[in-house]
Amino acid sequence: MKRENIITVENLTKTFGDFTAVDHISFEVGKGEIFGFLGANGAGKTTAMKMLIGISRPSQGKAQVAGFNVLTHPEKVKLNIGYMSQRFSLYNDLTIKENIIFFGGIYGLSPAILKAKSRTLIQELGLQGMADSLVGSLPLGWKQKVAFSVAMLHDPKIIFLDEPTGGVDPITRRQFWEMIYREANRGVTIFVTTHYMDEAEYCDRVSIMVAGKIEALDTPKNLKQHYQVDSMNQVFLKLARSGQ
Amino acid sequence: MDIILENIGKSYKQLKALEHISFEIRPGELFGLIGPDGAGKTTLFRILTTLLVQDKGHASVAGYDVLKQYREIRKCVGYMPGRFSLYQDLTVEENLSFFAAVFGATITENYDLIKDIYVQIEPFKDRRAGKLSGGMKQKLALCCALIHRPKVLFLDEPTTGVDPVSRKEFWEMLKHLQEKGITILVSTPYMDEAELCDRIALITEGKILQINKPQTIVDSFPRKIYKVRTSDTYRLIQDLKAYPKTHSAYPFGEYLHFIGNGEHFKGDDLIHFLEGKDHLQIEVFETKATIEDSFMDLSRQTVRNV
Repeated sequence: MKRENIITVENLTKTFGDFTAVDHISFEVGKGEIFGFLGANGAGKTTAMKMLIGISRPSQGKAQVAGFNVLTHPEKVKLNIGYMSQRFSLYNDLTIKENIIFFGGIYGLSPAILKAKSRTLIQELGLQGMADSLVGSLPLGWKQKVAFSVAMLHDPKIIFLDEPTGGVDPITRRQFWEMIYREANRGVTIFVTTHYMDEAEYCDRVSIMVAGKIEALDTPKNLKQHYQVDSMNQVFLKLARSGQ
Repeated sequence: MDIILENIGKSYKQLKALEHISFEIRPGELFGLIGPDGAGKTTLFRILTTLLVQDKGHASVAGYDVLKQYREIRKCVGYMPGRFSLYQDLTVEENLSFFAAVFGATITENYDLIKDIYVQIEPFKDRRAGKLSGGMKQKLALCCALIHRPKVLFLDEPTTGVDPVSRKEFWEMLKHLQEKGITILVSTPYMDEAELCDRIALITEGKILQINKPQTIVDSFPRKIYKVRTSDTYRLIQDLKAYPKTHSAYPFGEYLHFIGNGEHFKGDDLIHFLEGKDHLQIEVFETKATIEDSFMDLSRQTVRNV
C-alpha cells in the first residue's frame, strides 16, 4: 500500500553568497507521520524549515508541501499548513478568544464556524473560566497548548512545530505530546523540531542535519541499532559532533 | 556559606513569583535550580545579583547582604542572564575589553580563567557579537561574566534552546570552572542536567519542592516505576488513562513510565490488563526513577495541572 506523501523534497538547497546553509537535501514525509527534524544549532534546520513553510525561496531544488510547490505557490502552502514555534505562538496582549478569532479569520474561517470551533477548543483544553484572559498571563505550557490548537483551527493536513516545548514543565510537555499523538492518529502529519531527545523517541522517523546535509534518516529504533547506542541522545551526540 | 536565602518572597501585583524560599549554597558548589518557565528562577537570580528588591526575607552573597551591601556583591559576582545580553555591534574582542574595563580588570590578568573557553571563539574575535552562532554567543557571554574573576557565578538558563552537543560541552566547561574554586548557581529547565550538579533545588510556581543531592532525590523516590511499551503507543496511553489502578502514566521517550495505585500493585496486574486490551509486544519492567520522575511526582502533589 503506497502511502500518500505530504512533503516531497528533492535536492533542496539554500545559499547565502558563497555559504551553503542547506546542501541538496532530499526526503519524503508520509501522511499521518510524526517526523522529527533534528540538528545542531547552525546545521541548517531552521533555514530548511523556512523553505518548507513558504517564507524563504529555495536557491536550487524543489519541495512540495501539502500538494503545493513551495517555489511557485508559497501562498497556497501557507494557507494549507499549521505552524507554531517556541519564539512566537500567540499574541500576549490579546485574550485567548481574541487570538482564536484573529487567527481563524486569517485562515478564512467563517464567523459561524469559528464560534463553534472556539467553543470546542476552549472546552477540550478545560479553559472555560479563562477564555477572556490575556494569553500573556498564561503559564508557558498552557500558551503552547492553546497555540497548537489555534494552529489546527483550519484543519490543515500538516502542522510544523518549531521547538514547541522549550522550557515547558515536564507534565505539560507530555500533555502537549498527547495532543500531537491525537492529531497524528486522525491523519494529520506532524513535522517537529526539538532539542529534547526523549521527544525524538516519540517520532515515527527522525532526520538529523549536520552542516547543511541530512546525515541520518530512519526510525529511532533503527538509528539506535545502527550506532549501537541506547538513546536518541547518544545517536545525536555521535552524529552531530562529527560536523564540528 | 556563599549564598544564603532566608524566607525570600516576591510578588508582582497578584502573582506570587517566590514564596518562603530558604536555602544555602556552600563555597565551590555547583548548584542547580531546576524548574520550568515561570517557576521563579529568574526572579530569584535578580534578587541575588541585586537587580531586584525582595518583598520579604533576607539574602546574602559572599557574606554581603543583598540590600545593604549590594555594591560589594556587584564587584564579586558574574552574571549571565537568560537572553543574550552582550553588545551585538561590538566584536568579540571589544565586548571582552569593555567588560574587563567596567570591572577595573584587564583581559590579561585573568586570562587563565577564561582561556579554555576563549580559544574556541578566538578565531572569530573580530566578528560582531550579533553575527555569532548561538553556541559561540554563549561562550562569549560566559567569558565576559568571568573576566573579573568573580567569586560567584550566576547562570540563568544558559543552555535553553541549545542543542544537546553544545549543552554537554557547556556543562563540561562548568565543571572545569568549579575546579578553579568558583561557586556556581545555574538554572535550567532540563531535568537531565540536574544530575550534573552537586546539589539541586526543584522549583515550581514560586515554591521549592525539594533540595538535595540529585542521587539522594532519585534514590528516595517513594514508589515503584515500571517502564511500559506495546506496539500501539497511542492506544496504550488511552488505555492506561482509563485503567483504575493507574496513579500516573507518562511518555518518557521509548517507554511510558507507569506508577500503580497503592503499595500492593504488581507489574503482572498491568500485563494482564494490557493483554485483556489486546495489546501486542507488551513490555513491562521496573526501572529507577530519574530527576524528571521526581519532579513530576512532587509537582503533582502541589500544583493543580494534573
